[in-house]
Amino acid sequence: MSGAPAGRRPDSAETVDPARFELLLVPPRPRTGLRVLPSRVIAMCVVELQKLRHDRTELYTRAVQPALWLLIFGETFTHLRAIPTGGIPYIDFLAPGIIAQSAMFISIFYGIMIIWERDAGILTKLLVTPTPRAALISGKAFASGVKALIQALVVILIAAALGVGLTWNPLKLLGVVVVVILGSAFFSCLSITIAGIVLTRDRLMGIGQAITMPLFFASNALYPVAIMPGWLQVVSRINPLSYQVDALRGLLLGTSSHLLLDFGVLIFAAALGITAASSLLGRLAR
Amino acid sequence: MTDGAVPAGDDGDATGTGDAGSTSDSSSGDSAEAVSCRALDYSFGDTKAVDGLDLSVRTGEIFGLLGPNGAGKTTAIRCITTLLPVPPDIVKVFGHDAAKEKMAVRRLLGYVPQQLSADAAMTGRENVTLFARVFDVPRRERAARVAQALDVVDLSDAADRMAQTYSGGMIRRLELAQALVSAPRLLMLDEPTIGLDPIARSSVWEHINAVRRATGMTVLVTTHYMDEAEQYCDRVGLMHRGRIHALGTPGELREELRERRRAEADEARKSGTTGESAETAESGEARSDTVPTLEDVFRDVVGQGLEEEGGTYRDVRSTRRTASRLG
Repeated sequence: MSGAPAGRRPDSAETVDPARFELLLVPPRPRTGLRVLPSRVIAMCVVELQKLRHDRTELYTRAVQPALWLLIFGETFTHLRAIPTGGIPYIDFLAPGIIAQSAMFISIFYGIMIIWERDAGILTKLLVTPTPRAALISGKAFASGVKALIQALVVILIAAALGVGLTWNPLKLLGVVVVVILGSAFFSCLSITIAGIVLTRDRLMGIGQAITMPLFFASNALYPVAIMPGWLQVVSRINPLSYQVDALRGLLLGTSSHLLLDFGVLIFAAALGITAASSLLGRLAR
Repeated sequence: MTDGAVPAGDDGDATGTGDAGSTSDSSSGDSAEAVSCRALDYSFGDTKAVDGLDLSVRTGEIFGLLGPNGAGKTTAIRCITTLLPVPPDIVKVFGHDAAKEKMAVRRLLGYVPQQLSADAAMTGRENVTLFARVFDVPRRERAARVAQALDVVDLSDAADRMAQTYSGGMIRRLELAQALVSAPRLLMLDEPTIGLDPIARSSVWEHINAVRRATGMTVLVTTHYMDEAEQYCDRVGLMHRGRIHALGTPGELREELRERRRAEADEARKSGTTGESAETAESGEARSDTVPTLEDVFRDVVGQGLEEEGGTYRDVRSTRRTASRLG
């Protein structure tokens, strides 16, 4: 087919077996209304899983830092007993915080991928498909959730290996899945929103670096809110990471937590993030 | 020949009178029109990228939008694909308004952007499957449809290799498969052969042609390779500074220029009586006898302005993006 000399007129040159094209002649029946959203979310999540299947390097390298936090920081402070944890070993207290942290670290740089996809024309092409922007962003947000979830699984296994007393109640683990995905949806949308404002990878990288540690330290991931100075308590209260950690602690360790409030805040934050990111996506496409 | 002296404005109309089909260009809402733009404007800040573009692409044809970098081709394409916001009733795709019926327009389009846009971290098959999913291809026919799309562009054997192992020409063909999997009625290709070697270029075109023959879809393509336009396009529009300056089949445009040159030569012969002007008439005669190329037509249409302003009239979008990268 490719070797033949060019024929400009459509009726000239070789004939093509129509059976080869059969399916490509009929446009698919469009999904309508709210059925579009789940289909796009699934499509984006599948892409993420396929990429992880092809290249697991990131999964392994990203496991190093949480492992060090648990192994060195966790073990040391467990012996020191410097931080009041309400009667549980410090490493147990720390584990949900590190799970949330590693999930956040993945999501907070998700906007870099969006900018890269923009530069590569991948995003452009997705924007010319019958996918509303909010559906595309939701898809990306949940795809980052799936990626973070797999990372969280690795950290949970490390924690379990270090003797942290985690629950194996399937219902509570399902709750953990939802919490991790919602938290990641928020942080990835925060990242995409910033991407929509700053528009370049370098700036987003800098901002991402600048906000990850404050978000982490100004949360209850490392220490209880009660021992923070007053101003930091305020920051912690508006930091979705705190609610994510609180929920994870309640679900994984069975410590007292405010699950209803936590889920409420996380759902609200994710919805807010998706709205903000969708409205700024047009700036990236331009 | 200066810009003002070129009968560029008249040319568009003159082309229409020569070709019966072209007379319908001005009529809008025609069902035979795949794409219609009426007085489309688009600016990036102070830079006018598209400036009063009138465009009519007929159903089933391969229409080539030709022009140098910065002529506004890509911006026009991005307006038609709903990527850039346009006012209502300016751009229509098969009668659907690009401002009011975005989803309907997108369902009719297969779009291949200028960059090689396949995702290198996935296999060819996965790349095509993604587009089958987002165009709502039902699960039961998804695999078969994806396989056909890959087969049509001769990538069946490489389908399960990672796209990062593909050559430039293969990636372009993969993108064609991505665009074809949703059975679009209009294929929009932005510089499909840019940066490809000659063999890959003709292979990409062969595949575009084969698909067009089999499906009867309309193809709107931009290129700055005049030879490609000449060889593969049914009609071309020569675009310069945001609008079309000449329109017709490549043959018509060349013939028209030849006629004009012949008329000029005649003019010169009539007025010239001395030996000196007879000589110029002679050379004019010679020039009018050789069939001009599309490139000659282009030079004739845009005049000398092309070289002179080439330096300042760069690709607006890439300039803008570079500027935004540098901050």
